[in-house]
Amino acid sequence: MSANVGIVIVSHSPDVAKGAADMVRQMVGDDVPLAWCGGAPGGGLGTSVEAIMSAIDSAWSDAGVAILVDLGGAETNSEMAIEMLPDDRRDRVVICNAPVVEGAVMAGTEASAGSSLEHVRRTAEELRAA
Amino acid sequence: MDSSVLEALIVHVCETVIAHTEELTALDQAIGDGDHGLNMKRGFEAVLAKVDMIAALPPADALEAAGMALVMKVGGASGPIYGTFFMALGKAWPAELTREGFTGAFAAAIDAVKARGKSEPGMKTLLDVLVPLLAALREGADTARLRVVATTAAQATVPMKAIRGRASFLGERSIGHMDPGARSACLVAHTIIDVLEGAGKG
Repeated sequence: MSANVGIVIVSHSPDVAKGAADMVRQMVGDDVPLAWCGGAPGGGLGTSVEAIMSAIDSAWSDAGVAILVDLGGAETNSEMAIEMLPDDRRDRVVICNAPVVEGAVMAGTEASAGSSLEHVRRTAEELRAA
Repeated sequence: MDSSVLEALIVHVCETVIAHTEELTALDQAIGDGDHGLNMKRGFEAVLAKVDMIAALPPADALEAAGMALVMKVGGASGPIYGTFFMALGKAWPAELTREGFTGAFAAAIDAVKARGKSEPGMKTLLDVLVPLLAALREGADTARLRVVATTAAQATVPMKAIRGRASFLGERSIGHMDPGARSACLVAHTIIDVLEGAGKG
C-alpha cells in the first residue's frame, strides 16, 4: 500500500471521471492510489454510493483519501458513502471543495509529494481562492 | 401497524412515484438536470422489488431498509435525501404508534434531511412541503387538511427562488416553476394519507 494520500474522482459522467483520472495518472504515475467512478446505479448519468465506497476502498491509503466531486448529487452521495465506511476509516476521507478536473490534478500532485491529507485538500481548494 | 398495512403503504408509495416519473422529469427539466423522475423511479423500483422482505420487518426496521435501498439505488442527491428521511424516521419510530409519537419521529426525520441537504425551508426544496406538514400535524390537522397543506405547500414553491440543489444554478430563472422534490414529497404524503385512511387509521 502506498504511503501517499489516495485520490478518488466522482463524476455524474463515467467519461469525465475516467478522463480526469487519466490526467492525474499522467502527472503522478503510480505514486498515488487513484480510483474513479461515475454513472448512476444501472447506468445513465448520476453517481452511486456503492461505487463511491468501492472506489474509496480501491484507492485506500492509511494516509487517507481525498475525493473530488463534480455536482450536488456527487457530493451528497460521497458524504453518504463516507458515513457508511467503517469507523476507523471514516475520519480519514475528505471531500475537496474544488473543481473536479483541476482539483484532482492539484490534489494528485500534492499527494505524490507525500503531503498529509489536510495539505492535499487545502491545495485542491486553493483553486477556489485563485 | 400490522404488516398488511405496511405492505400496502410501501406498494402504493412506490407505484405512485413510479407512475409520476414523467411529470417529475418534466418539472426537473424546467429547473434542474431532468433526472428526478428517473432517479426516483429507479430507487422506488428497488424498494418495490424487496417489498416482501421489507414488509415482514417491524415498521422501524422496514423504514430503515427502504431508506437504505433508496440511498444505494437512486443515483442522485434525492437518494441520500429521501433515504435519510426514511432511515431517520425508522430510527425515531415510537414503540407504540400514536399521533404524538409519529409527529416526533417525523420531526426527527426532517432534521436529518436538513442536515443531509444543508438546507432550510424557503430554499425551494422538499423541506418546503415537509415542514408545513409537520406544523399541521402538531396543530392536530385531520387528513383532509393535511392533503390541502401538502398540495398548497408544493404549489408555494413555484414563486420561490432556488437556493439549494441544481435549480440554484438558475438563480432568478428558477422562479415560476414548482420544485420537483417538493412535488414528489407531496405525492408521497398524499399516498400515505390515502392508504392510512383506507386502512381506517387516518
